[in-house]
Amino acid sequence: MPQSSIKDHLYESQLFLSRAIVSGILVIMVLLLLAGRMFYLQVASHDHFTTLSKDNRVKLQPLPPTRGLIYDRNGLILAQNLPAYSLEITPEKTPDVDATIQALRQIITITDEHIQRFQQLRTQHRRFDSIPLRVRLQDDEVARLSVNRHRFPGVDVKATLLRDYPQAMQTAHLLGYVGRINERELDIIDISNYSGTSYIGKNGVEKSYESLLHGQVGLQQVEVNAKGRVLRVLENRSPKPGDNLHLFLDMDLQRIALEAMGEFNGAVAAIEIKSGGVLALVSKPGYNPNLFVEGISTEAYAELKNSIDKPLFNRAIRGQYPPGSTVKPFIGLAGLEYGVVGYHQETYCPGYYQLPGKEHKYRDWKKWGHAEVGMKKAIVESCDVYYYELARTLGIDRLHEFLQGFGFGQPTRVDLTGELSGLLPSREWKRERRREPWYPGETLIVGIGQGYFLSTPLQLAAATATLANQGHHIRPRVVSLIEKRDGTTQKSPKIIDDLKQLDPIHWTQVIDAMTQVVEGLRGTARSIRSENYRIAGKTGTAQVFSIKQDEEYDEETVAKRRRDHALFIAFAPVEDPQIAVAVVVENGGHGGAVAAPIAQKIMDRFLLRDDT
Amino acid sequence: MREMPRSALSFQESQPARPLGLLAWLHIDLPLLTGLLLLAFLGLAVLYSAGDQQMVLLNKQMIRLGVGFTAMILIAQFHPQHLRRWSPWLYLVGILMLMAVILFGEQGKGAQRWLDLGIVRFQPSEMFKLSLPMVIAWFLADHRLPPQLSRLLAAGLLTLLPVLLIAKQPDLGTALLVGAAGAIALFLAGISWYLIAVVGLSLAALGPAAWYLMHEYQRQRVLTFLNPESDPLGTGYHIIQSKIAIGSGGVGGKGWLNGTQSHLEFLPERHTDFIFAVISEEFGLVGVLALLCLYLFIILRGLYIASQAQDTFSRILAGALSLVFFVYLFVNTGMVTGLLPVVGVPLPLISYGGTSLVTILISFGILMSIHTHRKLLPT
Repeated sequence: MPQSSIKDHLYESQLFLSRAIVSGILVIMVLLLLAGRMFYLQVASHDHFTTLSKDNRVKLQPLPPTRGLIYDRNGLILAQNLPAYSLEITPEKTPDVDATIQALRQIITITDEHIQRFQQLRTQHRRFDSIPLRVRLQDDEVARLSVNRHRFPGVDVKATLLRDYPQAMQTAHLLGYVGRINERELDIIDISNYSGTSYIGKNGVEKSYESLLHGQVGLQQVEVNAKGRVLRVLENRSPKPGDNLHLFLDMDLQRIALEAMGEFNGAVAAIEIKSGGVLALVSKPGYNPNLFVEGISTEAYAELKNSIDKPLFNRAIRGQYPPGSTVKPFIGLAGLEYGVVGYHQETYCPGYYQLPGKEHKYRDWKKWGHAEVGMKKAIVESCDVYYYELARTLGIDRLHEFLQGFGFGQPTRVDLTGELSGLLPSREWKRERRREPWYPGETLIVGIGQGYFLSTPLQLAAATATLANQGHHIRPRVVSLIEKRDGTTQKSPKIIDDLKQLDPIHWTQVIDAMTQVVEGLRGTARSIRSENYRIAGKTGTAQVFSIKQDEEYDEETVAKRRRDHALFIAFAPVEDPQIAVAVVVENGGHGGAVAAPIAQKIMDRFLLRDDT
Repeated sequence: MREMPRSALSFQESQPARPLGLLAWLHIDLPLLTGLLLLAFLGLAVLYSAGDQQMVLLNKQMIRLGVGFTAMILIAQFHPQHLRRWSPWLYLVGILMLMAVILFGEQGKGAQRWLDLGIVRFQPSEMFKLSLPMVIAWFLADHRLPPQLSRLLAAGLLTLLPVLLIAKQPDLGTALLVGAAGAIALFLAGISWYLIAVVGLSLAALGPAAWYLMHEYQRQRVLTFLNPESDPLGTGYHIIQSKIAIGSGGVGGKGWLNGTQSHLEFLPERHTDFIFAVISEEFGLVGVLALLCLYLFIILRGLYIASQAQDTFSRILAGALSLVFFVYLFVNTGMVTGLLPVVGVPLPLISYGGTSLVTILISFGILMSIHTHRKLLPT
C-alpha cells in the first residue's frame, strides 16, 4: 500500500470528534428509548403486571405424560407404571426445612440416606419446586401424615406413577431402568417437554427408546392465589402418553436361559432367524432394576459396582470374549470360498503345528493329534492344527475381509445403547493401535478364534443366524412393534444387509459339518442330540490365560476364575432354521459339556412349545 | 515505576506532567474509577438480594471484582504504544485459540465455547471484545483516515474471521457482538456515510438468507422473541417472567430484598443475565434511571477520553471500547425488557460471572492508560 499521503492530524482528529459526538448522541437516544420502555412497563402497564404478580396469578402447571409400557412377544408385561404415594417438600413454603424433616421422622421412617438424597436433589431444583423426600409410602404412613398435615406447611403427599419391572432381575440388562434426571441429561433433553417429568431412561430399551416411551407433556393453566392454592383451571391441554413397545423377547426363553446357566456367570443371545428379532438376551448375574427407580442407596450401589461378578455389566452386548473354536465354521467357509482348500482335502495332524523354520509349537487341544483331518472332521472334532494351516494359507487379509462380512469386529447395531464392537484384528489395526507389524504366528491363532480376536455374545448369535440363513443377514432388533396411543401400530424396520453371493454347495457342506458336531459319534456336542429336530452347532473354548510352551494344562488346579470360558453357537432346525443361539459361560470349561445344554433347553422351548 | 513517553523532550521531564499523587502515580482516572466502583458496589448489593442472600455467591463475586480491578490497574501502567505493538499478536493468538476451541473445546448446551487450560476454563471468544477493536485501530492508525477502500476491505476481513469462527461454535450472540465491536471501530475510523448506508441496507436484505443458515435453537429464539407466549414453558418463560418483575416494580420499586417475583417466584437466571429485572422490581423506575445515568456517565467519560487522545490508535481504541461497553449494556437491558431477543449477555459489571467482568475492567484499564499517558504539549 503506497504511503503517498501524509497524515493530516488535525483533520483526522476532527473527523474522529464528529464521529464521537454522533456516537454520544446515539447512545443517549438509545438510552432514552430504553427509559421509555421502562416507563411503559413500570408506569403505564404497572397495574397489569402487578395483578399478574400479586393476588391472582396465572400459573402454568406441566402435566407429565404416562410412560409407555413394554411387553414381550406373548403380551407379558415387562415394564409398567404403578401408583405410589410419595412425600414431597417445597423448600420455599417450608419455614425450616431441616426442623420439618426431623419432625417428620417422628411420624414415618426417614433414613439418613433419604435425607442425603433429598439434599442432593434440592441443589438441582428451584426453591419453589416440590422435591421428593420419600417414595413408596406405606398406607399407614399416608394415614398418619394426613392426620398431622396441618403441622407441616409445604409438605405434601402426592400420588405418582412409579416405574416397575415385574420381571426384575431377569430383564435388567435388556430393559435397563429409569432414574432421576441428572444434570448431564438436563443439557440434552428438551426442557419444556420434561418439565413435569422426573425420570428418564438410563439404560437398555428404556434409554434407546426414551423419545417414544416418554410422550408429550400436557399443560394446565390455573389461577392461583398468593399462597399458591389453585382457584380454578383455565385451560387444559392433556399430555400425550408415550408409545407402548412390544419386544421380540420371549420371557419363557429368557427365564429358561437364566435357570440353565445355574451357578455360572455369562451371557446368552437368541435370535429369531426369519426376523432378526432378539428372543432372549441374558447377562448373568443380573441386578434388581427396581432399586434404581426410587434412587438406589449408596451402599447398595457400591456393592453392585464393586462386586467381583460385575452384575451391572451387560455381558450380552458389552462382554468381549475370544470366540474360540466357534469361528471355525466361518473360517472353513472362507477357505472353501477362496478356493484354498477342498471340503474333502486332508491334512495330517500330529497334535501340534510349526511354521516353516520356526521352533515354536502351536498346540492342538488333543495332545496326540487327530491324524488325517478333512474339513468335516476338523469342525466336528474341532481340530486346531487343520485351522492353523488353513488360516496360514488364507492369510490375515482374506480372513479379515471374510469375517467382517459376518459382522465380526463391528457393532451389530441392535436397537440398544452401549453395544461394543468386539475386535477383528487386521494388519492395519495392528499398525495403527500397536505400532507393530503383523506376525504370521498371529494369523494362526486368529484361525482358532484366539489372540486379539474378540466378539460379543450377540455378535456370535447374529453371525450364526446369518450362517443359518446362508448369507441373508438381518440386523438384530429388540423391539418388534411400536403401539401408538392413537391405536395405530408401527413395525420396527427390518434392515437387511446381505453377504455377497457364495457358492450354495459351500454353505451346505459347512452346515452339514456343524450338524455332525451334534449328531456325529465324535461330535463335540453329541450330548445334546435331539430326536425331535436337527441342530447344527459348534463348540468353543476360550482361553482366559495362555499356557506356556511345554507346560501341562490341568483344569483341576487352575483356580476357578482362570478356568476357560465355554462357548456354543447353534441354530435349528437344520432344514428350516428358526432360531440361532450363542452361549458364553464364563469359566465353564469345555463348550460341549456346559454351554451346549443351555442352548438346547432354549431351542427345545422355542421349537417344541406346542408339544409341551 | 512511571514510564515516560519515549519521545519526550528533555524539558518535559523536568516539569511534572501531572500533579503527582497516588492516583496519578498509579495511572488511574478518578471519574472513571468512581463510576466503576459505584457500579460494582451496587452490583454486589443487588446480587445479595438476587442470590437469595447467599454469602457464597457474594464472596466469589468479590474475589472476581478484586481480580478485575487489579487487572485494570495493571493494564493502565502500560503505555498505549505497548498495547499497540501487542495488538496483532493478541489477535493472532485469539484466532488460534478459537480454532483450538472448535477442535478440542468442551461441549456445553449444544455449543463449544470453553477451552480448558488446566487451571482455568477460558472462553476465547470473550477476548475478541478487546482484541478486535485493538487490531482494527492498529491496522488503520498508520494510514490516512478515512481509510481507502482496499484497507477497509482488509479491516472487514479482520472482523469477519473471528466472527465466523465464533458463529461456528455455534455462539451466534457473541459472534454478532464481536462483529458489532469491529463495525464500531470502523465507524469511528471515519468510513463514509454512503458506505454505511450501503452495508446497512445489504445486511437488512441478507436477513432472510441468514434464517436458513441458523440452527434450530437459534430460530426458536427469534420466534419466541416475536411471540413469547408461543413457548411459555420454555424460552418464552424468561421474557414473560422478567416483564412481570419489571412491570410490578412500578415507580418506587418494592424495596431491596422485597422483590416477590425474584424471591418467591419464577424469575430464572435472576443473578446472572436477568439481574436487571431484579433491580427494576426492587428499585423501580427511579432506581433504573439512576443506574442508566451512571452507565451513561461512564460511557460519556470514555468517549471524552477518546476525544482527548493524541494519536489515531488510541482514539479509535478508546472510542470503540466505550461503545462496546454500551452495546453490551443495551443488548442485556433490551433482552430483559423484551425489546431484543434472548441472547446470553450479562449486565456489565453487575451480573454474577467472571469472564466478562474481567474483560470489561481490562478495557477500562486500557482507557485509563490512554488518558494518563498523554504528552502534555507546551502551551
